[in-house]
Amino acid sequence: MSIIDSSPAQPAAGRAPEVLTGSGAVLRTLEHLGVKDVFGLPGGAIMPFYDELMASTAVRHILVRHEQGAGHAAEGYAAATGGLGVAIATSGPGATNLVTAIADAYMDSVPLLAITGQVFSTVMGTDAFQEVDIVGITMPITKHSFLVTRPEDVPATLVAAAHIATTGRPGPVLVDITKDAQQNSAPFIWPPKVDLPGYRPVTKAHGKQVVAAAQLIAESKRPVIYAGGGVGRAKASAELAEFAHLIGAPVVTTLMARGVFPDSDPLHLGMPGMHGAVPAVLALQESDLIIALGARFDDRVTGKVSEFAPSAKVIHVDIDPAEIGKIREAQVPIVGDVKDVLVDFTVAVRDAFASTKPDYTAWWSRLDKLRETYPLGFDEPTDGHLSPQRIIRRIGELTGPEGIYAAGVGQHQMWAAQFIKYERPNAWLNSGGAGTMGYGVPAAMGAKVAQPDRVVWAIDGDGCFQMTNQELATCAINNIPIKVAIINNSSLGMVRQWQTLFYDGRHSFTDLETGGGTRMIPDFVKLAEAYGALAIRVTKEEEIDPAIKLALETNDRPVVIDFIVSRDAMVWPMVPQGTGNSEVQYARDHAPAWDED
Amino acid sequence: MSHVLSLLVEDKPGLLTRVAGLFARRGFNIESLAVGRSEIEGLSRITVVVDVEDTPLEQVTKQLNKLVNVIKVVELEPGGSVLRDHLLIKVKVDNVTRSQVLEAVGLFRASVVDVAAEALVIEVTGDRQKVEALLRLLEPYGIKELAQSGTLAIGRGPKSITERVFKN
Repeated sequence: MSIIDSSPAQPAAGRAPEVLTGSGAVLRTLEHLGVKDVFGLPGGAIMPFYDELMASTAVRHILVRHEQGAGHAAEGYAAATGGLGVAIATSGPGATNLVTAIADAYMDSVPLLAITGQVFSTVMGTDAFQEVDIVGITMPITKHSFLVTRPEDVPATLVAAAHIATTGRPGPVLVDITKDAQQNSAPFIWPPKVDLPGYRPVTKAHGKQVVAAAQLIAESKRPVIYAGGGVGRAKASAELAEFAHLIGAPVVTTLMARGVFPDSDPLHLGMPGMHGAVPAVLALQESDLIIALGARFDDRVTGKVSEFAPSAKVIHVDIDPAEIGKIREAQVPIVGDVKDVLVDFTVAVRDAFASTKPDYTAWWSRLDKLRETYPLGFDEPTDGHLSPQRIIRRIGELTGPEGIYAAGVGQHQMWAAQFIKYERPNAWLNSGGAGTMGYGVPAAMGAKVAQPDRVVWAIDGDGCFQMTNQELATCAINNIPIKVAIINNSSLGMVRQWQTLFYDGRHSFTDLETGGGTRMIPDFVKLAEAYGALAIRVTKEEEIDPAIKLALETNDRPVVIDFIVSRDAMVWPMVPQGTGNSEVQYARDHAPAWDED
Repeated sequence: MSHVLSLLVEDKPGLLTRVAGLFARRGFNIESLAVGRSEIEGLSRITVVVDVEDTPLEQVTKQLNKLVNVIKVVELEPGGSVLRDHLLIKVKVDNVTRSQVLEAVGLFRASVVDVAAEALVIEVTGDRQKVEALLRLLEPYGIKELAQSGTLAIGRGPKSITERVFKN
């Protein structure tokens, strides 16, 4: 609602409204919406808007090297702040290059506004140069999409788009604007009239359901709070902390939710799921009540659904009604904003506990035993290369909880989720749902633009880094001093791990030859230097800390550290795909029987 | 099992693609689809018949509700609603069979809308069973061409789906 309501009435009464070109109206509307930074790359069909943008002092445009970079940068910008991210591209291939980032934002509920140029409305549908139906292409991966063919429709459309992107369950919205709509003129009327009769997200929970939830909590013996990314998107960390401590129940934070509840809190059991901490995985599995908050029972969390948490009742809170009951039936379904619902819960639980205060002593002694027996750990590599887990843990320890950590996708992502301690929301950025390799560097860039005073790391893999490292040029030229840690195991590590475990060790096309003992193509140090970054290679244990410290001290340019790590390191614990969570494999001191490496 | 969904939607370009896409994405086949205006200007009404189990249907209904241009989705129960199909049938006739076909037309309260020496075009409106029965009867004479509308449906009684939408 905020965007629509907070519109300062601009034209004075009695004065004719100013006439602007459509592209002028785009810029003016972005300014009114409070957009400070946008990421993009011009091309033919968006040139009228870029001509306007050149003169803007209110909106900073960052010229990326690939539109996918603009999309992920806008995502990182949004995820680091909880606000709207904006990416701009031209028609045709410019627009299709945004598609991966749009799909990523859709899966992870990131408020992303994608603005694309489109060919003249008069030639649409004729296979004109650089024409694609981007509205059609993005229909299944956007919350909504708009085509604008008239300049007078620009303000209302952009306001509606920003409103849809940022409210309810956030998500990407695409606005495709034809070149003639950008060039032609119309009176600029502010605030525009926005009419969205079919869009009314429910934020306030049903009172009866809240009482029913409190009742279930009071009756439960083994409850678990299953906090998902929605807690972060709803900015509900403080409410979650109060609620969790009121009932004294354990909390698990999903991959998307790392940081929404402090890792240092004694109630926190860690991350659940395929590579979750054993206490978190088994707490869900053995619980009699799951309190799901902005979480969607993803297959990476549940394992085999029919075997997931067999004796648990479920209270499911989500702002998206379609998530409730989608995978797991909820005994108490609650549609609402997690932040508001938690406030209501806290009141209702206080009432319920006045008569029956549950006793979780037995539950906690079981969980504490699990924590003691199965702490997170890792095996030392035996091939002479570094331990990736130790490096990532040291980056977290030396940088601290005020830093921002953006990961790519794969083993390094899991280790960064496990071994960095998160104490606040918006500190951990990753591609959770889509699993987009290459998210890390551009997302870190976007986060650094949004939060210039924070240290921003991209924890990246050698495979991921090669997908989007061109944005190092953007970082160097625009003074966006991110720090990149390449966890270089010379392979597509997670695929290799699965090949080792499930494909008889047949390492089919996962060798990238970037790491220790290979031809090192490309040489990441030379590559980073070519991009104007400070480049460091680390091959020995005693070099780890000094390199991280040097990176932390260097703020006049991007830093890239090429950590040469063991390719045999694996992510543990692990619930093999297709099995139940009770099959979780914990492999600290003993390799499982089927581990042949 | 067949379900009849009635959707009140904004009349916007691409809307039909969005709706159809939600069914296609889950691999559901749309049995019939009818799109037209509603009693409110700017709003269209879509009637969809799908063959799908209850649980996936609930998910599709929720996803349909999430579409920004969809204002209301209701499932119409066969017992509480009127369902009609509309058909145009071109049937082969000759001097011997013409009167037999015309008799069938009369029995089914259908009508003949075009006459040629070797064929008749018959128009019929009715529920699924009625039109199926007529088609079975005409089959032996030779159906040269057939055009069928999507099922139209409306709830019985005084209430309308738009009333509930615009109350608040």
